[in-house]
Amino acid sequence: MTTTLRHSPSRLSSLPWDRVIPWVVPAGLILLWQILAQVGVINSRILPAPTDVVQAAIRLTLSGELFKHVTISTWRAVVGFLIGGSIGLFFGVLNGVSRPAELLADSSIQMIRNIPHLAMIPLVILWFGIGDEARIFLVALGVLFPIYVNTFYGIRAIDPGLIEMGRVYGLGRRQLFSQVILPGALPSILVGLRYALGNMWLTLIVAETIAASSGIGYMAMNAREFMQTDVVVVAILLYALLGKLADSAVRWLEKVTIAWHPSQKLK
Amino acid sequence: MLHIKNVHKQFDNGFLALEGINLSIRPGEIVSLVGTSGCGKSTLLRIVAGLDFPTLGEVSIDGEPITGPHPKVGLIFQEARLMPWLRVAENIQFGLSHLSRLDRQERTEAVLRKVHLSNFAEALPRQLSGGMAQRVAIARALVTQPDILLLDEPFSALDAFTRTQLQDHLLEIWEGDYPTLLLVTHDVEEALVLSDRIIVLRPHPGRIHRELRIDLPRPRRRSSLEFQRLKEQLIGELDLSPAVPDLVKLGGVGSGG
Ligand SMILES: Nc1ncnc2c1ncn2[C@@H]1O[C@H](COP(=O)(O)OP(=O)(O)O)[C@@H](O)[C@H]1O
Ligand SMILES: [Mg+2]
Repeated sequence: MTTTLRHSPSRLSSLPWDRVIPWVVPAGLILLWQILAQVGVINSRILPAPTDVVQAAIRLTLSGELFKHVTISTWRAVVGFLIGGSIGLFFGVLNGVSRPAELLADSSIQMIRNIPHLAMIPLVILWFGIGDEARIFLVALGVLFPIYVNTFYGIRAIDPGLIEMGRVYGLGRRQLFSQVILPGALPSILVGLRYALGNMWLTLIVAETIAASSGIGYMAMNAREFMQTDVVVVAILLYALLGKLADSAVRWLEKVTIAWHPSQKLK
Repeated sequence: MLHIKNVHKQFDNGFLALEGINLSIRPGEIVSLVGTSGCGKSTLLRIVAGLDFPTLGEVSIDGEPITGPHPKVGLIFQEARLMPWLRVAENIQFGLSHLSRLDRQERTEAVLRKVHLSNFAEALPRQLSGGMAQRVAIARALVTQPDILLLDEPFSALDAFTRTQLQDHLLEIWEGDYPTLLLVTHDVEEALVLSDRIIVLRPHPGRIHRELRIDLPRPRRRSSLEFQRLKEQLIGELDLSPAVPDLVKLGGVGSGG
């Protein structure tokens, strides 16, 4: 998901059509899709018209079904994220600040990291069955490593000169951590966060489509059995929307916490 | 008074970086340490700063032995070492948490005026040029009102014009309240423009080779005959044998005088 190219400020950015132009192509494609579907060039079993998708979304919203599935999926995502994220952050910080801890744990963590976590699905089902534990476990696993790696390297990449400045000013361990190490590693931690959130939704999609009796992924798989292509498309769009929301949240976090960083545009 | 008494430094790997360094510096004096790269200048400065410890010997300030970073000692490194997430004023206040808000603000404004950066209190380090960043580092060192300023090649990363400017600027600050300056430099002219005394170190192991007293009145003209004569003498004192290849980098060497 997440290579972000930042535009350098251009003179165009003050003009309103700079905001409009990026929408021209998507809007055109949707219009084309609508026309082709209405004329019958695209079979609605294959891809329903945009208006049908919107109608399906409205129907699902009114029946409360959409809300139910979104809530349960979000809950799984959040719980898995909190568990995996805190474990990743904890070990990232620990191994980042302590050489002995790094020696003890880092290579093991790196080894486990090489296993694609989705390859664990059969094993995880054997362990946990197909309940929420399995999905939460997978999400946690998918979130853990990006957070760990980026926290660890974020701390290790801090200019030793800055840490020495902390010593010059007599900072204790705790102050050194909160005033130098944490702010210095934050940009990297946020990069990890962004990857982790991408992984979080991806893992959940797979886990919910393979084994679940609720959630967005279940809604999609269930609709597939009844050939409700419009509902399937709604589910896909929902994932896209939730992914986008998570990404915007990180961007907002970056804006408020690391405005000083070269990756951020200065006002 | 700063006393360095019989300081030896052997690193953990067995490397003997300093041997038998004796040096006393009186308040308000400007002393430069010059010498080829690797002869132990930074090591000595770090020991005086309390960031490293001698294997043997002692450093004391006004009779009090140094056991760690000292509030009366300000430090300036080659890199400005500003916290990139703090604004200029916040960087300057980094070591002032024990003071009241008002006190901090007053002092910050005062030192920013001293380094001519009053308009940049709210700037982020990334918005500053190298010379400006180094001036902020100077302001940060001054704000604790130190008796002793230790400077490790403070201007060597700057372009020649900015370097000269900051050397003059440092003298201007020194003429305000006469802190003791102990300056490590690579640059022969810089040592001659600034110092009352120049200590020439030689490597393997690092030891004091010669001491030069510079009695020229300030401000010193780099073009004066006396200045040029001292420069030649100082270059002669440095061990410029071809066995040490990176000496070509030495400030002033080869510029033809
Ligand atoms: N922590 C260390 N461990 C081992 N050797 C070191 C260490 N720090 C510096 N040295 C060695 O000590 C010598 C003096 O270093 P330094 O004081 O930085 O020289 P200078 O500042 O004069 O260029 C160099 O040869 C350097 O390699
Ligand atoms: Mg050095």
